[in-house]
Amino acid sequence: MAVIGAAVLIFGNALVMGYMERKLAGHYQRRTGPMEVGFHGILQLVADGIKLMAKQLIIPAKADKPLFMLAPILSFAPVFLPLLVIPFSDRIQAFDLNVGLLFMLAIASVNVLAVLMGGWASNNKYSMFGSFRAVAQSIAYEIPMLLSLLAIVFMTNTFSLRGVMEAQNVWFIFLQPVAFLIYLVCMVAETNRAPFDLPEAESELTAGFHTEYSGMGFSLFMMAEYTHMLIASCIATVFFLGGSSGFPLPYFEYTGIIWFLLKAYAFMFFLVWIRWTFPRTRFDQLMNLCWKYLLPFSLVNLLITVVVVKL
Amino acid sequence: MNVDVFEDERQHHFVLNMGPQHPSTHGVLRILLEMDGEYVLDPQPVLGYVHRCHERMGEFKPAKAFMPNVARMDYLGALIYNQGYAMLLERAAGIEVPKRAEYIRVITSELNRIQSHLLWYGAYLLDLGAFTPIMYTFDDREHILDMLEDVCGSRLTYCYSRVGGVCKDIDDKFIERARAFIERLRSRFPMYEDLVNGNVIVQKRMQNVGEYTPELCARFGVTGPLLRATGVEYDLRKAEPYSVYSEFDFEIPTEKKGDAWAAFNVRFREMEQSLRIVEQALDKLPDGEVMAPKVPKKLKLPQGDYNCSVEAPRGELSYYLVSDGSDTPYRIKVRTPSYSNLSVVPELCKGMMIADVVTCMGALDLVIPEIDR
Repeated sequence: MAVIGAAVLIFGNALVMGYMERKLAGHYQRRTGPMEVGFHGILQLVADGIKLMAKQLIIPAKADKPLFMLAPILSFAPVFLPLLVIPFSDRIQAFDLNVGLLFMLAIASVNVLAVLMGGWASNNKYSMFGSFRAVAQSIAYEIPMLLSLLAIVFMTNTFSLRGVMEAQNVWFIFLQPVAFLIYLVCMVAETNRAPFDLPEAESELTAGFHTEYSGMGFSLFMMAEYTHMLIASCIATVFFLGGSSGFPLPYFEYTGIIWFLLKAYAFMFFLVWIRWTFPRTRFDQLMNLCWKYLLPFSLVNLLITVVVVKL
Repeated sequence: MNVDVFEDERQHHFVLNMGPQHPSTHGVLRILLEMDGEYVLDPQPVLGYVHRCHERMGEFKPAKAFMPNVARMDYLGALIYNQGYAMLLERAAGIEVPKRAEYIRVITSELNRIQSHLLWYGAYLLDLGAFTPIMYTFDDREHILDMLEDVCGSRLTYCYSRVGGVCKDIDDKFIERARAFIERLRSRFPMYEDLVNGNVIVQKRMQNVGEYTPELCARFGVTGPLLRATGVEYDLRKAEPYSVYSEFDFEIPTEKKGDAWAAFNVRFREMEQSLRIVEQALDKLPDGEVMAPKVPKKLKLPQGDYNCSVEAPRGELSYYLVSDGSDTPYRIKVRTPSYSNLSVVPELCKGMMIADVVTCMGALDLVIPEIDR
């Protein structure tokens, strides 16, 4: 039941996000976005999905075939797991792990391995560049991300996402604004989205790590990316915006999911918004931002939090 | 090219082939980058993918019939190429051009320059990873193309200038639209300045990238906005005023630093100056004919060498024509600015990160068909 729910959420999210991204991008750019398939193009993503599934899988001649095939699967398969521990409302949660946060971040970082495999196995210099950048970037940004969340863990004394959600009488965005900003930047970098989309930097590396992927391989990478965006947004919602809290609706222990998803998609909207607004940073600038600014700030923030909590 | 068997420390390097099909080479330029990790050690441009033998073609057709060819060299500055070539033949044959025709040439050329810079502006930001600005600049550019289409009959590869004038007079509708466009673009500049030029990521990506000096420019023959970005105020429209440019009041924007950011700003400010020229030319536009009377159908150029230079969007454009007295030139040589501007790449991009190479190439504003001809 839980797995089916997660599957519905993943594919539904890919459809909604794909449509939202293209439609929003269109409007940012003074055009209409998809309009042809269905009313205002709502069925565009269904058509695209069918097309991608029907496409030939092209494996480059000198690619490492098993790794090349495995990489997109490895990228996509684990994304079900983090969704199982997210408390979408008071009653909608598959498992309440007492190390929920660590579990989510651990699973999410498997994606790095998949990207590295895909880039390496493609036997393409651009792909290799993209995957090297992805590894450096993801590993660097995981540290301030975790540190900013740890500040909240210290306040609530629990890694459980439900525990964090229930501990919020006041949303933590007001108590931990610095942690929130740091998390927001790290979230963009972790999901490889512009302006930190260095691993797929189109104008430098053609398409980065998925240059050689076509058809389903490509769409699995894309779906994994969208699901990672959803997961990162869900963490932000739980940790900073009080999860499913909001104006009470009838059957609130279930309908809280409406508030939850609204908040999560507000973050997704933010991710789309900045992608179509900002240019890309350079790789050394990206690393400087992490090691010179985010990391010290998150450490200081953590320290202050600890002192205040102890007092 | 065998790159696998270096004997020395270069065996740790690898060669990345950027282009001829690459999103940021805008056309069919190919660059071989010898890389050490993210750093480029030795960039080598490889040319010749769109070579169409234009100069050779010029030796086989009447001098007047070469006009469409020059438009196809630089598809973004075609009217300026037209103007330069027409001026060359007029100079050779001693033909006086009516004042109105000169004004119309200046108006259309400057609109063409703005159009070229607008496209570069959008495409450059696309290279830097900002997808949206190009849609806005294309929107502005579309107005120019529509206007020029009405008067010239085509949208990119114009053939508008003739020996002795221009082929078609501009009408009141064109003037009205040009004035409206000047208003429109002026009202858009603050938006571009706020959203793009003021963006900290844009500034950090361009500042201090690919610094060069006036000496380097002199060594490689770099001209145009790139030269002016180093502080040298050299623009043929002011330095050797051709056509009727001496009658207008405009400035030559310069910057000191000579990096990608300086070149970016010089080009951006040039658009404003071009607008000023167009505005003044529209105000002063004299009445009269647009074609000189009695231009011979078969234009025989007296024996000798002829030269003519104009300021194209990317720098100094020179025509050199050797005539043997017939109506077909003995030899035509075109000095195109992008070719010289490209030649600094091996010098400029040494030791850069690959992302900076893209920034640098974008700042050069290369048009590949102009390099290959």
